[in-house]
Amino acid sequence: MNKIEKDLLLAVSDLHQIPAGAYNIRQNGKGIDKKNTANIEIVSKKDKSGIDIIIKPNTINESVHIPVIITESGIKDVVYNDFYIGDNSDILIVAGCGIHNPDKNSSEHNGIHTFHIGKNAKVKYVEKHLGVGQSGEKILNPITEVYLDNGSYMLMETTQLGGVSYSQRKTIAEVSDNAKLVIKEKILTSENQQANTNFDVLLTGQNSSCEVTSRSVAKGQSIQEFISKVTGNNLCFGHVECDAIIMDNSKIISTPEIVANCVDANLVHEAAIGKIAGEQIIKLMSLGLTEKEAEDMIIQGFLK
Amino acid sequence: MLKLDNVCYSVNENGKQKDILKNINLEIGDNETVVITGHNGSGKSTLMKIIMGIIPVSSGKIYFDGVNITNMTITNRAKLGISYAFQTPVRFKGLTVKDLLTSANNSNLKVMDVCNYLSKVGLCARDYIDRELDDSLSGGELKRIEIATTLARNAKLNMFDEPEAGIDLWSFEGLISAFNENKQKNGGANLIISHQEKILNIADKIVVMDNSKISMYGKKDEILPNLNSKRYCSRLQGDYYE
Repeated sequence: MNKIEKDLLLAVSDLHQIPAGAYNIRQNGKGIDKKNTANIEIVSKKDKSGIDIIIKPNTINESVHIPVIITESGIKDVVYNDFYIGDNSDILIVAGCGIHNPDKNSSEHNGIHTFHIGKNAKVKYVEKHLGVGQSGEKILNPITEVYLDNGSYMLMETTQLGGVSYSQRKTIAEVSDNAKLVIKEKILTSENQQANTNFDVLLTGQNSSCEVTSRSVAKGQSIQEFISKVTGNNLCFGHVECDAIIMDNSKIISTPEIVANCVDANLVHEAAIGKIAGEQIIKLMSLGLTEKEAEDMIIQGFLK
Repeated sequence: MLKLDNVCYSVNENGKQKDILKNINLEIGDNETVVITGHNGSGKSTLMKIIMGIIPVSSGKIYFDGVNITNMTITNRAKLGISYAFQTPVRFKGLTVKDLLTSANNSNLKVMDVCNYLSKVGLCARDYIDRELDDSLSGGELKRIEIATTLARNAKLNMFDEPEAGIDLWSFEGLISAFNENKQKNGGANLIISHQEKILNIADKIVVMDNSKISMYGKKDEILPNLNSKRYCSRLQGDYYE
């Protein structure tokens, strides 16, 4: 791999070297390297582009890395990745896509991920998106479907910190008895970028719960749209928090929707959009920071 | 160290000029603790904001160590050695106590140093160092962190706007020794807005503000007896008695 490729890989998956656990590395629409472990099997799909990741029950403290990098201009990559996570497993999954577009044609990655999480299994899923390079558009449209079986848990951390021209994220989840889904999203857009996020969580099980937290910063002329829908069909708890900093001439739309179909459903939505408070800037300037340094520190902290 | 030369500040309210500060002349020397007191709305906090550069003067000049800083930015005044603890501390989502103290000190503070500043304000460092400066902190906790941040700057002039507000009785001893330490260690000066007798007692000089002006200014021993008079106390609390 050359330096650009290595840097991309590091940025989206924190990989300095070949990971210890199972992995599948995809570059410019093709799988380039793959490794299974005793408990984790990665199988290429026969009918379409993508892989099945099969994790045996009771697999504890193992990881799967499936980064995607695109280093050519004019690529349109679509990939279907299905995860089958066995009962009682405890797994870290790191995905993400980095596009280094070297020219003016647009490059695009559409990752469609489906998670079937077994009973009492725990999953931490980390997904980072990044765009760098020349004027060609960097487009990322991730679709994530999550099915949480009884007593299971998923923490999903998604980060898009710059350079992505357009993204359309859709996340659908169904949460069974005593299962819990936690989603933490961070987005930074600038220039003419656009980021759309759509969460649709169905709390079907008794004592099911979800927490969705979105923090975003919109700069320049960028546009962000955040739509979240949580439906409670049982004794359940759902909490959605969308917090955004708006700057320059950007635009942010936040649309909450909570639907209770059961008298024991407890659903909360909080949303706030505002510019950086003047007193925050003044406080940091009074510590010796310039206005720009103060602004950067506030944004960095907010998206940390 | 600090000299205010005929500083005035006025605002336009419904087409009429309203004076907030009138002809303020004040000099604070090295190694001095000066306490400003006076009833609500007399202009005390505005005066501090003017010294920090948060509010511009309408007329008059401000000198710091002989340098005319009247038109200087907040950042440059801070770099010259002015530090200011706000009356109402600011909250930041995502930034931690350590982040703020490290920025204040303008260096890579070691965990030990951060702990040291926190313990000066009576906070158990281990519990606070990684806490976020958000709504999870109480007003009193935030106030102590604000004071620790101000101390961490190691500035020549430390300004505190009602440092005792919201702080329990840890406390006064700790707070007062922190003020004295700054004076002794850095040869610095403290400018403190307070109504607290214990803080007035550590003053070298006291400034009494009344109706946008300095009504009394002098050594503590000269001013305190006047402040203790019944007439002045009732004026200080005029908001309640009127």
